[in-house]
Amino acid sequence: MAGKTLYDKLWEAHVVREEADGTCLLYIDRHLVHEVTSAQAYEGMRMAGRKQWRKGSVVANPDHNTPTKDWDKGIEDPISRLQVETLDSNIKEFGALVYFPFKNANQGIIHVIGPENGTTLPGMTVVCGDSHTSTHGAFGAFAHGIGTSEVEHVLATQTLVAKKAKNMLVRIEGQLGLGVTAKDVALAVIGRIGTAGGTGYTIEYAGSVIRSLSMEGRMTVCNLAIEAGARSGMIAPDEKTSAYLKGKAHAPKGADWDAAVAYWNTLRSDDDAVFDVVVEMRGEDIAPQVTWGTSPEQVLPIGSRVPDPSKESDPTKRTSIENALKYMGLTANTPIEEIKLDKIFIGSCTNSRIEDLRAAATVLKGKKKASNITLALVVPGSGIVKRQAEEEGLDKIFTDAGFEWREPGCSMCLAMNADKLSPGERCASTSNRNFEGRQGQGGRTHLVSPQMAAAAAIAGHFVDIRTQ
Amino acid sequence: MKAFTKIDGLACPLDRANVDTDAIIPKQFLKSIKRSGFGPYLFDEWRYTDHGEPGMDCSTRPLNTSFVLNQPRYKGAQILLAKENFGCGSSREHAPWAIEDFGFQVIIAPSFADIFYGNCYKNGILPIVASHEVVDKLFAECSASEGYRLKVDLESQTVTMPSGASFTFDITPHRKHCLMNGLDEIGLTLQHADEIRAFESRHKAAQPWLFA
Ligand code: SF4
Repeated sequence: MAGKTLYDKLWEAHVVREEADGTCLLYIDRHLVHEVTSAQAYEGMRMAGRKQWRKGSVVANPDHNTPTKDWDKGIEDPISRLQVETLDSNIKEFGALVYFPFKNANQGIIHVIGPENGTTLPGMTVVCGDSHTSTHGAFGAFAHGIGTSEVEHVLATQTLVAKKAKNMLVRIEGQLGLGVTAKDVALAVIGRIGTAGGTGYTIEYAGSVIRSLSMEGRMTVCNLAIEAGARSGMIAPDEKTSAYLKGKAHAPKGADWDAAVAYWNTLRSDDDAVFDVVVEMRGEDIAPQVTWGTSPEQVLPIGSRVPDPSKESDPTKRTSIENALKYMGLTANTPIEEIKLDKIFIGSCTNSRIEDLRAAATVLKGKKKASNITLALVVPGSGIVKRQAEEEGLDKIFTDAGFEWREPGCSMCLAMNADKLSPGERCASTSNRNFEGRQGQGGRTHLVSPQMAAAAAIAGHFVDIRTQ
Repeated sequence: MKAFTKIDGLACPLDRANVDTDAIIPKQFLKSIKRSGFGPYLFDEWRYTDHGEPGMDCSTRPLNTSFVLNQPRYKGAQILLAKENFGCGSSREHAPWAIEDFGFQVIIAPSFADIFYGNCYKNGILPIVASHEVVDKLFAECSASEGYRLKVDLESQTVTMPSGASFTFDITPHRKHCLMNGLDEIGLTLQHADEIRAFESRHKAAQPWLFA
């Protein structure tokens, strides 16, 4: 019999029961909750008179709607405020293991606070009413986003009704060049397989390039699995994983720690495991990436030119290039390095962890943003990241360079709060979605790594970080 | 979810095809954090002559008196007669929430949009697909006689008209079981609560740190 993949092992370890047609009841270890997708789930519980199954599984925190400045003024938008207050009262009523209300010193983006508090652990099933839950797969967990009715299902039963996906292996061997980051790896994978390439699969990322990444970098890679069409991405845990977790607030302690690490060591795909699809790439072939269009798969290495629709023979693809160029206000064949920018956003659950801020600060140190950049924002992923950065003096580097140093939250990743692009504005962003209107109606988003965003802030247009 | 076995209810005819979910509950109500209380805003743009916003007190709003739901003879209706492709458009579950909150328990139409059809069962509403002839007959009879009631019996899968004539409808055994016992997906899963508990204690014994 063939060996098992990491995903097979995680799945099997959580099956409560299985129907003849393969539909499973899957046990959920960790339930992350934020304000946007939980209100109706809690109300459903209340209406049906149901009890929460296990409050110890819930880690909650508002993030999407919270402002990133003037915290003393509270939340001005009444709809945002209502969502956040509703989360407060729901957690008060139903309870949680961890809750960081608005303005709490540890509050942050839900996908940043889970790992940094040791509430995301290898071997877990992790769910959240948010598609970027795939981030937590970086720890060797099976993590994916769910809808509001599933949020309610997990609250009430600690399980999900689910069918197993297929196995995809993305193996990246070799070495990354200087200035090439986890973000570039993730974007290059999406450029290769497309935004639907992972549909129906769980992706395991492996190979020496992935092993060489820090936990922060691995989170960036898994975060973007959803943009490659896979609900879930994962990386087998190793000594970096345990080193990251050791001593974190909710990580196992004492004898439990040793037992946990011993178990985590078994969480890897067997040598003879069979994957339905294998994608192989070389680290040396990956250059810093920039998206030029309105889908993460519309991505090219820096040094390229914006595509020319007239050279595309497939009519559907041609139209989609034409539409993207029109929305993005770009002319075919323009060198990417000549694209001028208006705003810079460093943040989001993709790239707002301490390592991302360090990388951007290294580029910015002693420099100033270009005069055509009207706003450059740094939004740390959490209160913990923010304090750490301030201890290292990174905030000073950012503000000296003309950046605004903000309070943690989702911010301009999805523009639910006041941080947005105006129509026609162009932004180099470290976030994960360049969809039309994602960062504000009519706004134009180019996804890049923190280093590339920082270098673009100084130049006022994209530059190849490797030549800086 | 409330169990549904049978009703003897007043019918109300909504004579439009392709009624979409935005007509059932306009998009401004999606900002709500609630899943109840949508009944007063059901068909908001048709029912009122002003523009509805979440939280408005509907008892003081100007009514469109010609809209069928506003006619006194249909007050308290529990059965909605509809035309083809009812519930098309976005997948918002607010649509069945509004219909259920208003008081409808049954919708009879020649056809339904897919997602809406499934969402009805999740919310205790019985959507019945009937032939065009039958639906036309129901519309004609209902408009002609005030106080027109239908008997809907889920057990025998029949709808009986005041004349005594009746027709049968299809429903999958699984959906029938869930509706008759008031089981939504959560209710169904909780039938396996013992298995979940047993799994949980094994899991806890193996990885106690997950429960710390
Ligand atoms: S940072 Fe962006 S992608 Fe991440 S959870 Fe917030 S809104 Fe979603």
